[in-house]
Amino acid sequence: MASEALQPNVGKKPKKRESQLLQTTRKLLKNKLAVFGLIVILLQMIMAVTAPWIVSYTPIEQSLSDAELGIGSEGHWLGTDNYGRDMWSRLVYGARVSLLVGVTSVVIGLAGGITLGLLAGYYKKLDGLIMRIVDLLFAFPGILLAMLIIAMLGTSLINVVIAISIWSIPGCARIVRGSVLSVKKQEYVLAMRSMGASDIRIILKHILPNCTAPIIVFATMRMATSILSTSALSFLGLGAQPPTPEWGAMIAAGQDFMWSSPHMTIVPGIAIMLVVFAFNVVGDGLRDALDPNMDFNN
Amino acid sequence: MTKQQPLLEVKNLKKYFPIKSGILKRTTGNVQAVENVSIDVYEGETLGVVGESGCGKSTFGRTVLGLEPLTAGTITFRGQEVGGFPYRQLKKFKKEMQMIFQDPYASLNPRQRVGDTLEEAFIIHTDLPKQERQQRVRELLVEVGLKEEYYERYPHEFSGGQRQRIGIARAIALNPSLIVCDEAVSALDVSVQAQIIKLLKRLQQSHQLTYLFISHDLGVVRHVCDRVLVMYLGATAELASSDQLYSNPLHPYTRALLSAIPRPIPGKKRERIRLQGDLPNPADYPQGCPFHTRCPLATEQCAKERPEWREIEQGHFVACHEV
Repeated sequence: MASEALQPNVGKKPKKRESQLLQTTRKLLKNKLAVFGLIVILLQMIMAVTAPWIVSYTPIEQSLSDAELGIGSEGHWLGTDNYGRDMWSRLVYGARVSLLVGVTSVVIGLAGGITLGLLAGYYKKLDGLIMRIVDLLFAFPGILLAMLIIAMLGTSLINVVIAISIWSIPGCARIVRGSVLSVKKQEYVLAMRSMGASDIRIILKHILPNCTAPIIVFATMRMATSILSTSALSFLGLGAQPPTPEWGAMIAAGQDFMWSSPHMTIVPGIAIMLVVFAFNVVGDGLRDALDPNMDFNN
Repeated sequence: MTKQQPLLEVKNLKKYFPIKSGILKRTTGNVQAVENVSIDVYEGETLGVVGESGCGKSTFGRTVLGLEPLTAGTITFRGQEVGGFPYRQLKKFKKEMQMIFQDPYASLNPRQRVGDTLEEAFIIHTDLPKQERQQRVRELLVEVGLKEEYYERYPHEFSGGQRQRIGIARAIALNPSLIVCDEAVSALDVSVQAQIIKLLKRLQQSHQLTYLFISHDLGVVRHVCDRVLVMYLGATAELASSDQLYSNPLHPYTRALLSAIPRPIPGKKRERIRLQGDLPNPADYPQGCPFHTRCPLATEQCAKERPEWREIEQGHFVACHEV
């Protein structure tokens, strides 16, 4: 007996293995497309944070004598728009807007979606009710739902955030519910129940931490959708109002000058495309990196 | 051991899982997972529960602990009825009944340091300050043959045997009197199995534990258990002390089970009872004796009448018409 206590599992010392965070980062960095996406996102963040220091004009400063300058003009390397506003400056400040709208709407959407998903997944009685409401929200085409909400609340960027948040809730709720359903059957949850842990303790300490992987992936992908939807709504005149430098609104403004000044639409268009692409590939990369079944490929 | 007050008394326990179908989710039938089980468990003993996969032995264990609501019957623990009450009222009793799980890889939260997992027992059931709780956890780790430093580690850093030790530590943390070991050693390889069984036996002595040892491994059960309950299709087939059961099995199902244990004697031929067919569908429970569809001795009576639970000799119960 004594020797058993002294030498537990001879020759089977616990190996110090990488933490999951490290492992995921390592796998993510192996994915070239994801690295590219990360760089784009990082650049956008830097642009958003340092905006006042990297531009020489404010984004709404008009100078009609310098209107519709092309790309590569002196003092305006990305040219100017029909009011003579510096395109580079508008682009940089636009990064701020889209990032802000993206992050807030995803955070609000996640908060709502995770709460509903946890409740629906854990409590069988609430499941039917919550998921039918979610189905109802799903039945609306997203952009139409957003337009409906904005029609009710009025056009402004804040209402765009609200609309996109509400639109993010059903998808998130479904994903969370799905992982809760699988995690709550795990033996460690059963062990906690047999120990007499409260539901709140089980949900917050044992179920939620084990559902994070799909939530992270969803949040990243959702950033892309949110940014794209903000631009789309602004393009339709429902979101950011002029003179706010918003990428979608910039494209809308450039429409009438497609032939004379194509850079007015192309520059913000490329920006939207790059950022949306970046968030999507990072989301894809994260999904692969967080999937333990992909271990064999590395 | 037979005349004392039982620690746990199970009477006519039934656990049905309803089958719901159609859009209205009406109950169209029941899976009869546990069918009329009655048994007394005495303080300090190890009661083995054996049977093939799907015979309801795990469901039985979980229902006893209150992890599954029971359909009918009573469960009495230390003279107090515990079956069918809402969880919160029973906190005091739940502390006394714990469980060790089969899969050491699934029974620990991968996102939590093992020390924190163990500490939760004290957070839930005691008012000890943090330092004292952690001290208790360290003592527990040593008690199950691990090192204090393992407090900081995550489950993936341990081998299967070590994780099972952590699971055992979690089960004994609150000084329970009854532990349900649900296939506690089945997922481990043989050498580790022996170590864990040794540990369980040591803890049984030092903590006066009573085990409900659920297993399909008849060899291990013989080695570990004082009494053995054989279950078939949710019902009790035979109950006897280990010695009686292995030397004088009465129920034809027990005989068939025992004859299937591999014996390491080369060249020695032995008669093996082969059962025909599969376990009947518990959703379509057979009339009469649940075993009559596969029983080599079945008669007409067996197909009609459910056999009684009879005591054949001292402490040896069997449910069979033909014994």
